[in-house]
Amino acid sequence: MGIEKYMNDINANNIIEVKNLVKEFKGLRAVDDITFSVKENEIFGFLGPNGAGKTTTINIICTLLSKTSGEVTLGGYNVARERNKIRNCIGMVFQDPSLDDRLTALENLYFHGLLYNIPRSALKERSEEVLKMVNLSSRKNNLVMTYSGGMKRRLEIARGLLHYPKILFLDEPTLGLDPQTRNKIWDYIIKLKKSKNITIFLTSHYMEETEICDRIAIIDEGKIIALDSPDNLKNTIGGDIITILSEENVKLKKYIKEITGSDVHDAKEGEIRFEIKDSSSFIPKFIKNSPVKILSISARKPTLNDVFLDLTGREIREENASARDNLRMRMMRRMRH
Amino acid sequence: MKKELIGVYTIWLRDIKRYFRDRPRIIASFAQPILFLFVLGTGIASSFSTFGGGSGGDFLNFMFPGIVGMTVLFTSFFSAMSIVWDREFGFLKEVLVAPISRTSIVVGKLLGGSTIAMIQGAIILLFSPLLKIPITFVIFFKIIGIMFLVAMTIATLGIVLASVIKSMQAFQVITNFLLMPMFFLSGALFPLNNTVRWMNIVAKINPLSYGIDSMRFAMLNNPAFQLYPLWLDIVVLASVTVVMSILGSFLFSRQD
Ligand SMILES: Nc1ncnc2c1ncn2[C@@H]1O[C@H](COP(=O)(O)OP(=O)(O)O)[C@@H](O)[C@H]1O
Ligand SMILES: [Mg+2]
Repeated sequence: MGIEKYMNDINANNIIEVKNLVKEFKGLRAVDDITFSVKENEIFGFLGPNGAGKTTTINIICTLLSKTSGEVTLGGYNVARERNKIRNCIGMVFQDPSLDDRLTALENLYFHGLLYNIPRSALKERSEEVLKMVNLSSRKNNLVMTYSGGMKRRLEIARGLLHYPKILFLDEPTLGLDPQTRNKIWDYIIKLKKSKNITIFLTSHYMEETEICDRIAIIDEGKIIALDSPDNLKNTIGGDIITILSEENVKLKKYIKEITGSDVHDAKEGEIRFEIKDSSSFIPKFIKNSPVKILSISARKPTLNDVFLDLTGREIREENASARDNLRMRMMRRMRH
Repeated sequence: MKKELIGVYTIWLRDIKRYFRDRPRIIASFAQPILFLFVLGTGIASSFSTFGGGSGGDFLNFMFPGIVGMTVLFTSFFSAMSIVWDREFGFLKEVLVAPISRTSIVVGKLLGGSTIAMIQGAIILLFSPLLKIPITFVIFFKIIGIMFLVAMTIATLGIVLASVIKSMQAFQVITNFLLMPMFFLSGALFPLNNTVRWMNIVAKINPLSYGIDSMRFAMLNNPAFQLYPLWLDIVVLASVTVVMSILGSFLFSRQD
């Protein structure tokens, strides 16, 4: 009894709890026994390459997909049994567009308001409020068909907020958008976090974008392989990342290993890389004493990409990923017309 | 409960709104019935004299309720099947994640499709003076009632299929291999009591036959054109609707 109460107290601010969640699609384990929780009012991020299982997990949490096994609760409600309770307190921005583009922005919001039983007296005011927040007020009476990709995304965010959800899910909110528009979307998300008491659960396969999260789960092949704040994750890497182009890599690698004790890896385009604690005092000494001629050297702070590389031995190939996204978006667009 | 009713209303309203916004669709919906009635119908009617079968004047009268039935068939079927579109283009997710039951979504979709089908059917009725078919106030409301029942029956069929098929390609297949045969073997274009045996049997299990039959009853009330008593038509249509809407709700509510 006493223990139970204690357990409840430490879990009191967890708004989502996932325990040993498994989802199989005809033999494929898309989600492979993951356990994590999301705290109230934090920005929680799922970071991982395409096909890692991010969308599948979100679809289970938001009651759209059944699980194979495991326990999932949201706001204390069970996803399998109390679906409508959960649906009432979540706002969704799905990975793929989900607007009715034959309707105007205002009409999309109106229908959303009806579905969520927002009193009509409040609905108009709230619509204006969320449209203003994403800077779409001037276009509210245009058909969504005439919107750009970024505008559609913003409208989806506005719609997801209309019923004042406790949690907003954003599944790859910047997928298929150009870099400038992507930055804008993140600005809105940061602004949202500052102005409202809301929990945000987002996913991305763009490493640098998840930096705004309070905590990140790195997910790969259906498993969570790390979960911490972005800073702590980066601190798992032993310092700064040094990249060197030299005339004789083999010899240099041996030398570096001798003086620093850290492992040296081959990097892109004939470069080698390693990690070192205090790069600014290390580099001058190193260049002076190096037995091999150094052609170029650079030092930088570790990124989440380095963390992923460190954990999996692979890089998330962003160039390829975004090319694929673009193709995907183009295909979707073609099918619409 | 009130929430669910609002949910049904919302789904219905969206379909209606989209319908009235889609002018090309409304105009195009005239084209097919006109083609059937005034080109095919008139052509066949005048060929009767060639083949020595009397004047053929009654044929257009016979065909008119069939054309109204055709309009109801295609409109309500495609409206219900628009779930496939909504799934493809993503809007369905917005509805599925909302706090209303799957049954309300299905009912909203059924009512939306049936309403649009009734409107389309009523538009075709405007041609009745050209064929000298008198449509009084009473007859008009009888027809509306029957159109609604037929539309519901067909829409439930659409929901069942939309819940089973997941792709647009399958949709084409269904149109060609189910919808067209259903139409041709419904008695809409020619009487079924004097055709070959297999056609007769297929027509008996085709729910649309009963719809066309009742439509003909309401418009013409000519015993020569009547296959079944009205009560039988209504019982068959209503039973199919009930069974199919239960099945449709069940299939639509399944999660993967
Ligand atoms: N409905 C489905 N049927 C079969 N396999 C699926 C289905 N949905 C997702 N998958 C598979 O599950 C894996 C995880 O997919 P997903 O959750 O979409 O990844 P992410 O969102 O991280 O890119 C992928 O291998 C994908 O092909
Ligand atoms: Mg995804």
